[in-house]
Amino acid sequence: MKNRHFAKRHVEEGIFKALMIGSFALLSASLGFILLTIIIKGLPALNLAMLIQTPKGGYYLGKEGGILNAILGSLYLAGGGTLLALLFSLPLALFLKVYTNHSHWSDMVRLALDVLWGIPSIVYGAFGFTIMLALNMRASLLAGIIVLALLELPIMTRAMDEIIRMTPFDLEQASLALGATRLETAVHVVLRQMLPGIVTAILLAFGRGIGDAASVLFTAGYTDRIPTSLMRPAASLPLAVFFQLSTPFPEVQRRAYASALILTAIVLTISLGSRWLSGRLGKFVVK
Amino acid sequence: MQVRRPASSLGVRRRRERTARGSFFILAALPLFLAMAILLALLFRSWPILKTRPLWNLLTDKIWLPSQDQFGFYPFIAGTLWVTVVAMILAVPPCLLTAIYLVEYARPRLRAFMKPLLDLLAAIPSVVYGVWGMLTIVPLVQAIGPGVGKLLGFIPLFSSENPTGFSILAGSIVLAVMVAPFIIAVTYEVLHAVPDGYREASLAVGATKWQTVKYAVLPKTLTGITAGVVLGASRALGETMAVLMVVGNVPKVPSSIFDPAYPLPALIANNYGEMLSIPLYDAALLTAALILLVIVLAFNILSTLLLRRIAMRAKG
Repeated sequence: MKNRHFAKRHVEEGIFKALMIGSFALLSASLGFILLTIIIKGLPALNLAMLIQTPKGGYYLGKEGGILNAILGSLYLAGGGTLLALLFSLPLALFLKVYTNHSHWSDMVRLALDVLWGIPSIVYGAFGFTIMLALNMRASLLAGIIVLALLELPIMTRAMDEIIRMTPFDLEQASLALGATRLETAVHVVLRQMLPGIVTAILLAFGRGIGDAASVLFTAGYTDRIPTSLMRPAASLPLAVFFQLSTPFPEVQRRAYASALILTAIVLTISLGSRWLSGRLGKFVVK
Repeated sequence: MQVRRPASSLGVRRRRERTARGSFFILAALPLFLAMAILLALLFRSWPILKTRPLWNLLTDKIWLPSQDQFGFYPFIAGTLWVTVVAMILAVPPCLLTAIYLVEYARPRLRAFMKPLLDLLAAIPSVVYGVWGMLTIVPLVQAIGPGVGKLLGFIPLFSSENPTGFSILAGSIVLAVMVAPFIIAVTYEVLHAVPDGYREASLAVGATKWQTVKYAVLPKTLTGITAGVVLGASRALGETMAVLMVVGNVPKVPSSIFDPAYPLPALIANNYGEMLSIPLYDAALLTAALILLVIVLAFNILSTLLLRRIAMRAKG
């Protein structure tokens, strides 16, 4: 009797361990599966022309050309959005740390940021579009940048905030004890301390911005030209994938796969790059 | 003898400090202001339709014919919920098991390998998930649909009448993979925070590892796991592109996982921009955005409050 009980719980242990390893393997395998699918489908259609040309006449019917417009458009959009978001989120994150570390006010701000983070990007897009209609603006690079900045602001601020929170309070106190004001402490001590965190947060937000389609769908529009002005529409990679995929021509659909491969490569490079960079910069941080 | 003076006088430094404090304070109001602005702008723009018909009718009417002035949101709300619920059913068990495995069983090297893996999964753009879904999941669902329909078709949930594969199931599978990193990350943190004393006490009286997890660790973490699941669900609710590409987009109330559906985000993405000629269409689409926002906000605030409660309790 005792032995059977012993056996039963060990069988249960074995079953659940197998299930856990299975789940872990399943998740790792799906990542591999996704990457493999995109590479296998995208690589054959990828060529230099896609990277360095804009769509020529009849491109969407299968004639020649490339998606340089979308690559550059995406970089402009995500780059601009990230810069704009950085302008606000860096002071905000510093403020949360240096001025109001554990007050109700900072709790409220953090809650608001979490709520903003959860808002779907399509809602940001719709919101941006209503504002544009109110201002009588057309779809443009500028509108896309602003909406992406709104989308990235909570991501970036929260990522920075999480990292700044880990800087030792002693450092701050030491600076304040020497007579530095809070602003000086923020700029000269905390800011340096959080440099790796800032870099990670910026790259994280950039990656989110460049991959987001729903928010730029109505706000940045789409065009076959390389954007030359903030007031003109701008193409973007996710939308390039989407639009090429919705055409009935296999040739164009293959280019959609190649575009998806380019986008994935950019995003994964950023993700891995930020890991590497923050490791390098982390060397100078006081633990 | 010359005394080196500080670069700025005390007065200047004080003034700078005051300015910085003031502007930071204003800046900190920005997120609150933005959240309010989004809610109000959507409410304002959807007002033309909200004021002409009762909210209850809008939410429960099944017919969507904008050209004939019929705006029933029920099919879209149902589609959103179907896709999300099925995705969560698919995602939660493996995610929980993975998180438990990583915290309780895995060696540090495997754990170190997990973090970048989850980051990568979270970093892949949704349109890429959509492409993947169209290329692999949709054909898969198309292939298994008739078989499952024949076997389990007597249960309405599994009856298969849609030959294309663009279905709730396809959308849910794609979503399940997309939300996995979120659920695992939260669950992992929550499990990790359980003090080792609980585990040691349980192991010391002779429990196996799984028994320890089941009786000592999991009960302590139920709130946190719920928060993680709710957070994952709120991500799934708002996901646009990936779902839009594989879910079929038919404005009908689904009754089986093989039916196509038309979630709210897809409705907005597909129709916004070409709606200007039909009266009230614009207001209707923004009402869709508003409904979506309210659902997502409810989920979000719930998960945040749950996580806060845990943090409070941990603080003592």
